[in-house]
Amino acid sequence: MAKEFWRWKEYNWKSDAIDWKSGTTISAGVDVGSVSSQAVILVDGELYSYSNMRTGSDSPMSSQNAMNWAMEDSDMKLDDFHYIVGTGYGRVNVPFANKTITEIACHARGANFMYGNTVRTLIDMGGQDCKAIQCDEKGKVVNFLMNDKCAAGTGRGMEVFADLLSLSIEDVGELSFDIDEEPEPVSSTCVIFAKSEATGLLRQGWPKNKVLAAYSSAMAHRVVALLERIEIQKDFVITGGIAKNIGVVNRLQKEIGIETLKTDYDTQIAGALGAALFAKVLAEKARK
Amino acid sequence: MIQVGIDVGAKFIKVLIIKDGNVIAKEQVSTGFESKENAANLFKQVLQKTGISRDEVNSITSTGSGRKVVDFATKSITDVTAASKGATSLYPEVKTVIDVGAEEGRSIRCNAEGKIVDFAINEKCAAGAGSFTEAMARALEIPLEEFGVLSLKSDKEIPMNAQCAVFAESEVVSLLHAKTPKEDIAKAINDAVASRITSMVRKVGFEKEIALIGGVAYNTGFINSLETDLQAKIIIPDDPEYVGAYGAALITN
Repeated sequence: MAKEFWRWKEYNWKSDAIDWKSGTTISAGVDVGSVSSQAVILVDGELYSYSNMRTGSDSPMSSQNAMNWAMEDSDMKLDDFHYIVGTGYGRVNVPFANKTITEIACHARGANFMYGNTVRTLIDMGGQDCKAIQCDEKGKVVNFLMNDKCAAGTGRGMEVFADLLSLSIEDVGELSFDIDEEPEPVSSTCVIFAKSEATGLLRQGWPKNKVLAAYSSAMAHRVVALLERIEIQKDFVITGGIAKNIGVVNRLQKEIGIETLKTDYDTQIAGALGAALFAKVLAEKARK
Repeated sequence: MIQVGIDVGAKFIKVLIIKDGNVIAKEQVSTGFESKENAANLFKQVLQKTGISRDEVNSITSTGSGRKVVDFATKSITDVTAASKGATSLYPEVKTVIDVGAEEGRSIRCNAEGKIVDFAINEKCAAGAGSFTEAMARALEIPLEEFGVLSLKSDKEIPMNAQCAVFAESEVVSLLHAKTPKEDIAKAINDAVASRITSMVRKVGFEKEIALIGGVAYNTGFINSLETDLQAKIIIPDDPEYVGAYGAALITN
């Protein structure tokens, strides 16, 4: 089989410092997106473990797999959880969730936890959509806008380009700076047309990285157009898979003239993390 | 009197020659990445085939999204002008011209004299253009030429959630996994493109008669979906992809 350049690594992580059995509230959030699914487990509001994997064609199965992977090597069962919240595009397909909450609310809540309460604007760049969200100091959504109609400006668009250029999706960010001079952005908005345009540029002798740079800045530009329709207030952060792509992130920062805050947390778990934080509060409420 | 029309589209370059009012030749070639050379070569070939020398040619009118590459043209006109001229010359009763090519779609409303009253264009997005169907045919692993006929075998109405061609590709794969018959998926795709085109047509308004031109007019399943949406019969010219070049050839100065 041909190499799948778009395919990114799936993984899970577990804290060595926390013994979940001594916790009072065990909560989880499961984010079933159109491209990737994550499960996050919190013990008394502290990050205990998470998983990140590709969403399969069967959403309930994907949510189960993500959850199982986050519980791996922990001797945990679903019964041990006090509350589980499902979120994301496929949130209705999390059969073991006690409640579902929109990914907009969860991302804002998750970003508040990951980056601190100074976050006022966040952009979640997901696999098949892009959301610009304004929130307050509690991580509550004030306003939002989203594009879920068009692949331009989404992770899927970048995957298409990784495949076209035969460059691994995990390397495209770095590689897009390995150029002599920053090129003009690809002019087509539509990913299908941008692909033809890029093929033409390659034919003209453009190196792959230069084409990649041209597409990365087109993508940044596309997201800025969405951002400009809501007011960009500091602090500004990016969540989702594209947040890991410095080729897009740096060009985006340059275009709007605002630096994003950085985090040690995995930016792809923001939605599931927010869901798990809501789950903690709901578990405590139920107990009262 | 020899008039030449050259239509440089996103996928194909078309050359058409009119001699004393009659179409005597039409040829096409893939646009490719060397569109300038390809257009010049095709023009030369057609002249050779018809035995016409370059000096006998009275006018060369270029059109299409790549019309600028025809540097030997004596005149250059927009796609909208070429499409409306071509269609209304073939069918004087036509008031609405829908032109769907590989990467663009346009709807043009004309008056009884064939003059343009209003028009709308989509050139930004593959949904509502031939590229969309092409990408879906690839996902379904069926030749594009069979796509229309296959879709006519279905009377199912499966709504496509995705508008974007990139997302629709994944949706088609999911439908295949769910064992949805290919003809039903093909029909769903034609319905989706037709509904995109219909909303564009409604934006400018339409009046009978309606003509459909451009390469997508070969997709019989699409025509069926469009006729259902517009609740009107649509005129399809022979060689619908040459109507733009024909219109261009007719406009000399």
